[in-house]
Amino acid sequence: MKKQQRHWYHYLWIWSIIYFSLGFVNILFAWLGLISFCLPLIFAIGGGNKLFCNRYCDRGQFLRVMGSQVGLSLRREMPEWMKGKAFRYGFMVFFFAMFFNIIYVSWLVGSEIQGIQEAVTVLWTFQLPWNWTYSVGITPWVAQFAFGLYSLMLTSEIIAIVAMLIYKPRSWCVFCPMGTLTQTICKAKYVPTAK
Amino acid sequence: MGKLSPRHAVVDSNMCVACGTCADVCPTGAMEIVSGVFAKPIEEKCVGCGMCAKECPASAIRVEVRS
Repeated sequence: MKKQQRHWYHYLWIWSIIYFSLGFVNILFAWLGLISFCLPLIFAIGGGNKLFCNRYCDRGQFLRVMGSQVGLSLRREMPEWMKGKAFRYGFMVFFFAMFFNIIYVSWLVGSEIQGIQEAVTVLWTFQLPWNWTYSVGITPWVAQFAFGLYSLMLTSEIIAIVAMLIYKPRSWCVFCPMGTLTQTICKAKYVPTAK
Repeated sequence: MGKLSPRHAVVDSNMCVACGTCADVCPTGAMEIVSGVFAKPIEEKCVGCGMCAKECPASAIRVEVRS
């Protein structure tokens, strides 16, 4: 069997580590997480494909490297309900509801209805102090959105890593909200060609 | 056209999430993702090694004997 040729995009898993490290230093770097929201949509809407998932997803690659190459994955079979449409679409709706809640809270902070929370919330429950990454002078709603987005990215990364450890390396991809959304867009655009 | 291998990968397109893991691990480059919807093996290239089935997180691929 021939060895696969390595390309620059095979090393994008490093971006996952860089992203979470930057957010540990300055929370404003969390805004870079929007790349992972915008690029898949651009590929799906513009190109009718999942090239982001297939080639450029840093998280997918990170899970493959840790699960397969480092060998951290137990490689168990995922339960059927986790692969089902109800869970996949349900998780997508929940995830985007949480994303829009971040925008709403940022608006509240921007309107001075609510004060900024200098904390990262993990798994939508546990608040971790993260105040050293924020300095006074930054527009409050900009910082609030960054805290919210970093919380969402960190939460989904934890879920993805747990799924990788227990099940197959890229199990997260089965119920990844962006993957589900872009596949739905691609299905809507797909026109079967007769062979 | 060359001789086809006796075994080949079969994809359940309803289960496939089009993540591209199969295409990533396929040693012969026999997997393609059709329009971001499902994976499809290129029959001439597929040798039925089962790497894709082993790695598929959605368990959407199985290896069968060609009919």
